[in-house]
Amino acid sequence: MALKKGPSGTGFKLKGDALLKGAVAGAAIFVVVLMAALAYELFVGSGVSIEQFGLGFFSGTVWDPVHNVYGALPYIYGTVLTSALSLLFALPISIGVAVFLVEKLKTRHTEAYLIGTTVELLAAVPSVIYGLWGLFFLSPLLKTYVEKPLHMYLGSVPIFAGTPFGLDFFTAGVILAIMIIPTISAVSRNVLNAVPNSQREAMYSLGATDWEVIWKGILPFARSGLFGATILGLGRAVGETMAVTFVIGNATRISPSLFSAGYTLASAIANQFSESSSPVSTAALVELGLILFFVALAINVFARTLLWRMSRMTKGRI
Amino acid sequence: MMEETPLPANYRRRQLVNKAMTVLIYAAVVIAIAPLLFILAEVAYRGAPVLNIAFFTHLPTPVGVPGGGIAPAIVGSFIMVALASAIAIPIGIGAGIYFSEWPEARLSTVSSFTNDVLAEFPSIVVGIFVYVVVVLATGTFSALAGGIALAIIMIPIVARTTEESLKLVPKSLREASMALGVSRWKTIIRIVITTGRAGLFTGILLSIARAAGETAPLLFTALGNTYYSKGLLQPMAALPLLIYQYGVSPFADWQAKAWGAALLLVLTMLALNLAVKLTVGRRFSHIRPEN
Repeated sequence: MALKKGPSGTGFKLKGDALLKGAVAGAAIFVVVLMAALAYELFVGSGVSIEQFGLGFFSGTVWDPVHNVYGALPYIYGTVLTSALSLLFALPISIGVAVFLVEKLKTRHTEAYLIGTTVELLAAVPSVIYGLWGLFFLSPLLKTYVEKPLHMYLGSVPIFAGTPFGLDFFTAGVILAIMIIPTISAVSRNVLNAVPNSQREAMYSLGATDWEVIWKGILPFARSGLFGATILGLGRAVGETMAVTFVIGNATRISPSLFSAGYTLASAIANQFSESSSPVSTAALVELGLILFFVALAINVFARTLLWRMSRMTKGRI
Repeated sequence: MMEETPLPANYRRRQLVNKAMTVLIYAAVVIAIAPLLFILAEVAYRGAPVLNIAFFTHLPTPVGVPGGGIAPAIVGSFIMVALASAIAIPIGIGAGIYFSEWPEARLSTVSSFTNDVLAEFPSIVVGIFVYVVVVLATGTFSALAGGIALAIIMIPIVARTTEESLKLVPKSLREASMALGVSRWKTIIRIVITTGRAGLFTGILLSIARAAGETAPLLFTALGNTYYSKGLLQPMAALPLLIYQYGVSPFADWQAKAWGAALLLVLTMLALNLAVKLTVGRRFSHIRPEN
């Protein structure tokens, strides 16, 4: 028996399916190609610098456009220092906010929604506004009420040595902390929400206090997810440009003092790129971008993997 | 009478620790929210006195000449964000549809993961990339380069929110449609996207908000301009660029204008974000604003 012909329009139907699938798959491919192109172009763009300085670029401490000698160590140092500072400040606060929203407010969803939304609005403020605010408000405030007292009483400790000026690693760390709190707390909140209730019920039934439930029942269970949230925040801090450029003081310097002006990789690029006059200095700045690219790539892949593991464990997307 | 159970020896200490930690948790919330209030207050306080009609409609005046406005920056931001949207929204929605409707494909896993990473990428790196690819190729800083840079920032946001909102559409709707003989592509366009459109809209608004506030990708693509640009292949001014350039300048008048521009930008951000929160409400509250 011959097969019956399909209803009219079947051919169009299949063609339409193929067309749509092709178009959206094309968009998906574009995303991957874009990422590959980013890496490739940065690599090509920094060619001159890679050729000339090789691995010495990472350990060189001089950045001298006049003599065309470039080393990235001061910028790497500044990035590591400010990011570490920002995590130090932001982590306890962010986890505190997440714990408050999930464990303290429990089923009071309206309150949790309002407070959660307010914290998340911080992420909506453009970074250039953080910078402006940091330069004119936060920096003088920190200088007078935090840096000067610290310097006065603990000035013999190297990290508090030097003259507090307000535009330094410390202020950059604080402003980065403010900027990554919404990221870490929002992801941590999802992580805590994914912790099964049996963890809580078992602890409470043994007579544990709220804090003991949080400290011994919730946080250890959620640690890989919380770690992922932290790493995601670290990624934000490493790549943040404008806010840091306003407040870090812009000086190529490696100093143990938190009250010293400096540069991060991102702020060095932002501040020097348009003034770059020779092909070598442009290539060196592009190579800073290349370093930033690989650091951000490693951090984000790591964070995503951790979060993915946590969401597989709890069977819910984080 | 029943005998009271004696309290454990460490009961008081445990209660004390519990109280202390509760206080610390509350303090964390206060510390987290305080900066937002300080920023809003400062921007309003310093920015409001600058705002007047001329501020929105006039060209900037040279340093020392009073008056003048930031009109080219406002127009420039509009043009470049529109350009970026025209590029990013179709690509982002397309990729999002693919992630949501063909999740089992290997390309979907790879691209979706790449998209997540791209969404968190330092925007200054995007700026360098576009400088190398567009500015060097065309030989000029331009609005086109700025728009492309902003588009690269927007794509992952649109793709992610599209995927998430389409995944919320119940499978039964797709099955019901296909059971009636409707083709897959029509099901996706007429049923899935229509049902999930609030989420798509949210994603688009948030990506626009993000692009409008970005500075780093524009620094060496659009560059900035004191006047109106005569075409897309010329340097163009933008609000965030102006805030940066005026903010770090030594002139009090420019700094004041930077605050005025900051107020304008913050109000736009808040309006876009609150509009999203209020219109689509909690159903999409998992979709977060981006920075």
